[in-house]
Amino acid sequence: MDETNTKITHLKLFGIPRLLPHLKAHAPMMVIMILLGIAGSAVDIVFPKYQEYAINHFIGGNTLDTIVPFIVTYAMFLILKIIFDVNSTFMASKIEMYIGRDLKKKTFDHLQTLSFSYFNRNSVGYVHARVMSDTGRIGTLVSWYLMDCVWNITYMVGALAVMLRTNWKLTLIVLIVIPIVTTIVALMQKKLTDANRRIREMNSKITGSFNEGITGAKTVKTLVTEDKMLRRFTGETEEMKKISVSEARYRGILWTSLTAASYIALALVLHRGGVLNVDGVMALGTLSLFMSYSMGIMQPIRWIVSSLSQLITVQVNIERLTGLLETESDVADSAEVIAKYGDMFEPKRENWEELQGDIEFENVSFKYPDGDEYVLRDFSLKIPHGTNVAIVGETGAGKSTLVNLVCRFFEPTSGRLLIDGRDARERSQLWLHSNIGYVLQTPHLFSGTIRDNLKYGAPDATDEEIMAALETVSAAGIIEKSEKGLDTEVGEGGDLLSTGEKQLLSFARAILCQPKILVLDEATSSIDTFTEQLIQNAIEKVIAGRTTFMIAHRLSTVRNADIILVVRDGVIVESGTHKELIAKRGYYYSLYTRQYEREATDSAFAGAFAEKK
Amino acid sequence: MLFSFLRGCRAFFVISIAASVLASLCELVIPKIISYTIDVGLGDVPFYVPAPFAWAENFLGSLGTARALALFAGLILAIAVLMGCCKYLENVFNRKGAETLVENMRNRLYEHIGRLPFAWYMKNQTGDIIQRCTSDVETVKAFLSEQLTSVVSTTLLIGMSLGFMFGINTTLACIALVSIPIVIAYSAFFHGKIGARFQYCDENEGKLSSIVQENLTGVRVVRAFGREKYEVDKFTVQNNVYCDAWVKLSRLMSLFWAAGDLISGLQVMIILVVGAVLCVDGSLTTGDFIAIVSYNSMLTWPVRSLGRVISEMSKTGVSIGRIGEIMAAEAEQDVSGAVDADMDGDIVFDHVSFGYDESAKILHDVSLEIKKGSTVGILGMTGSGKSTLVSLLCRLYDLPEDGGKITLAGRDIREIKASSLRKNIGIVLQEPFLFSRTLRENIGMTFDDVGANEAAITEAARAACLDETIRNFTNGYETTVGERGVTLSGGQKQRTAIARLLASAPPVMIFDDSLSAVDSETDAKIRAALREKTADSTVILISHRIQTLMSADKIVVMAGGRITESGTHEELLRAGGIYKKINDIQTGLPEEIAQERG
Repeated sequence: MDETNTKITHLKLFGIPRLLPHLKAHAPMMVIMILLGIAGSAVDIVFPKYQEYAINHFIGGNTLDTIVPFIVTYAMFLILKIIFDVNSTFMASKIEMYIGRDLKKKTFDHLQTLSFSYFNRNSVGYVHARVMSDTGRIGTLVSWYLMDCVWNITYMVGALAVMLRTNWKLTLIVLIVIPIVTTIVALMQKKLTDANRRIREMNSKITGSFNEGITGAKTVKTLVTEDKMLRRFTGETEEMKKISVSEARYRGILWTSLTAASYIALALVLHRGGVLNVDGVMALGTLSLFMSYSMGIMQPIRWIVSSLSQLITVQVNIERLTGLLETESDVADSAEVIAKYGDMFEPKRENWEELQGDIEFENVSFKYPDGDEYVLRDFSLKIPHGTNVAIVGETGAGKSTLVNLVCRFFEPTSGRLLIDGRDARERSQLWLHSNIGYVLQTPHLFSGTIRDNLKYGAPDATDEEIMAALETVSAAGIIEKSEKGLDTEVGEGGDLLSTGEKQLLSFARAILCQPKILVLDEATSSIDTFTEQLIQNAIEKVIAGRTTFMIAHRLSTVRNADIILVVRDGVIVESGTHKELIAKRGYYYSLYTRQYEREATDSAFAGAFAEKK
Repeated sequence: MLFSFLRGCRAFFVISIAASVLASLCELVIPKIISYTIDVGLGDVPFYVPAPFAWAENFLGSLGTARALALFAGLILAIAVLMGCCKYLENVFNRKGAETLVENMRNRLYEHIGRLPFAWYMKNQTGDIIQRCTSDVETVKAFLSEQLTSVVSTTLLIGMSLGFMFGINTTLACIALVSIPIVIAYSAFFHGKIGARFQYCDENEGKLSSIVQENLTGVRVVRAFGREKYEVDKFTVQNNVYCDAWVKLSRLMSLFWAAGDLISGLQVMIILVVGAVLCVDGSLTTGDFIAIVSYNSMLTWPVRSLGRVISEMSKTGVSIGRIGEIMAAEAEQDVSGAVDADMDGDIVFDHVSFGYDESAKILHDVSLEIKKGSTVGILGMTGSGKSTLVSLLCRLYDLPEDGGKITLAGRDIREIKASSLRKNIGIVLQEPFLFSRTLRENIGMTFDDVGANEAAITEAARAACLDETIRNFTNGYETTVGERGVTLSGGQKQRTAIARLLASAPPVMIFDDSLSAVDSETDAKIRAALREKTADSTVILISHRIQTLMSADKIVVMAGGRITESGTHEELLRAGGIYKKINDIQTGLPEEIAQERG
């Protein structure tokens, strides 16, 4: 999606001023690069002079008297040019990489402080592209655009200066070509930019169609709509071809007119210069010098005009990235809190109070920052420590809202969340998070070893503690089964393990940090009954004595909860104990019976199966 | 295979190369004209013209210097215009060829993938297939349209300009000739060598990228465990490794370019010096000297890029292989003499046994008769093989020879055209797939002309209790679903899929647990509408809900890949097996809860 954004943004000076604060650190290197570039380009201007000299002096004078100094100085200039070029290009690459690196780090660091409303609004793919590709593109733009600017402008200015000094009338004749070239390039460039944008859009459409054809294969086959799908697809590829060819036409016209323009310049020089030569005003060598320069300055002119389109395209990246960097977290610790408890990167643990686990919602109203409707209105609920809260509702009904507030992933729009009787905002986020254990429905493991993952929330845990935690959740079997034990690699996202194993490990990870508050998001996906039993036992063990919030699906978990909150369409519609809610015969009752049917059917089958065996 | 993709675009490439040769010729003629102008128009070399143009000699002589100059300048302009036109044709035809090629490849890949058996999709990963269809296709396109054509036209350019140079002066031409293989070899060698370094950089970029990816997808875990600092440290280390790898690589690149610059710079110098010596010597004219210098500079860039192109071409083989693998996969094919489905008869599963791989059988010796126009219900627990059974009926998988057979009106379905079979057997999947089109198009997916079937679409949506929901959307039936449009809930998706099936109204309809995400009120409404709509159809209902199944003409109970019970609702209740037990549990539900209450 993000790469195909069809809007062209217009920023002041292409957004460069917004980047400046991030580039300061590299200013000295840039200055050196610019100087080296100017020097290299200046040397480049010298070489046609050698050709002139060879023609005017050696050939014209029919002598070889200065041939040795000619060779020596030429070689010297050549070496000089190479030294300048090596260093300036290397410098440019370095600046490119350093800017990219620093921007990446800034962005990544900043992301760690942003609140969940940011992550809810922006997809992982979008944010990932900001960190990984925008930063790189900006680095490339800043360093190489600058480098090219220096080279081209120096060359053009230098060449023009030499030409003007040699013969200003002839130079002015050559310059007639410039406005023509500029107009053509500018006209075509706009069309090219447009066409290229459409090509990008079409490209992602085609990729999308491939994706749809593959992921929807079963449906396409059973509906027998292969032909219809193919028709649409060939329509898309044909459209793509059309746009691409028209892009080639614009490009062709651009190139053709540029070539023609440079030869117009050449022809003008040859004609006017020839006349001057016959008149004895201009030597042949000088004429050839003019021809070289007048062809040579076409490239810089082309570059200057066409590079504008580069700036236009990168604007989008600049805007998105600086936008990210300027986004402020809507859940931020106040200055006083940071002063006392430290921030994310430098916590002052010595000042942290012990957390009990009493939680109270006091007249909390809440709407998501990107939503219009309140999902909580004047909600009050006291949850003494050790209480087991179950949250039930259909998929997508908004069961995570309360959990999000308790974890301070979001702040209440109005009202207060009290932790141990004090407003949550009086203590740092890290303090709270260090006391929370979190088990996700789709357990998220990081690539690395099992040990790395288990120690994620408790970096100082010893192997004994780890094994004890694994024992508690009956996951020690996973370790015994693996050859390398705790050092077994789990693969990217833990993909080398089964879902059940990942679940159990994330339980162990959560209890290793001895949390006072536990958040569980129960899995809906079917895992084999044995693992399910293990997980069930694990849940019972880990919730004992802790304030627990469970997004629950299993009847047993729900039934045993101290309080059940029932969510429908994002709003808490019922609350109470299981008995109370059943008696009410409301929404909970219908949810419960439906779930009951499914579980009862499966267990009846399982029972019948066991009898047979 | 590559040649088969080239069909229809070869002519474009040939024209493009021809145009590029012509353009090069023009480009090469211009220095010759300049040289002639300088020597004859300005210098003291007497007018000369090649023999066939002897008639022009007097004409040129009669013009006088100023006019001759204007004539030459005009000639240059004319040639420049011709050259521009050739360059334009070269560009446009090359692109036409390239785009036709890509269009061919994409269409054929898409079509072929569409024809591959369903089992193939299960074996291959979506991301990998897409990569083959996109970036590998791009690589092949670049190979044919950029690399191959540039090798051809550069070689021709080198050849021709050497020809011109040899025509002027053998010594200088030899100097230029000698340096060419050196530059090409050096650049090809370097680019081949540097490949490993590029790969190292790419790998490190991959590592960095997955750290970001994991951090973002696991943002809840990171925050909930308060591990931001750890994440930042991990990222910083890898970010530095990645950056340093690139800096090292670019140092190498700068040195490489410098060496290239040195070689070509020295070559220019040698030509200048030797040329000057030859001029002074009298064996070379000034004009020719300038021409040779121009030719030499024309060669520099093409020669240097040729080395890079050659080394890049080697990468294409891999891409061709990866695309070839897809094209080589065997497509679904009807047996010879396959017939259209005759729907006037019963469906019979005759001792069907099946497993996705040899070791694990999912279905064991299943026999089941489904009378035309009847409704059959299947009850079973998760993973009991219900969905497999209907997948076999649609021939998403083919039964192996020894796996029994499925017949339709007495004919083995393997002898029926797959498309005809599937057109007549509609299915609503448990997790339905919707296309990223409008709701109208989704429901009318099986119609060729969606616009002409508006009434049928609305009617189907109404039966699936979807009409009202759709009308509540701002864009109504024109609402686009999926990634680029609104996200539907699980229940809405299921209802859309049901409407899609009802709209096409095939003789056989299968509902594979299709109302699992719909609340019981809507469930009841839809079932009532279905009974009416499907009165003449053969219906297969899969569910775990007795209420959904009880009115079926026949109900089978599946467990562990076998049919364990079968009969009508009443018969099964009388038999007193699992069905009765489950029925008791489900109908007895309120009492049990009442007990809990008590």
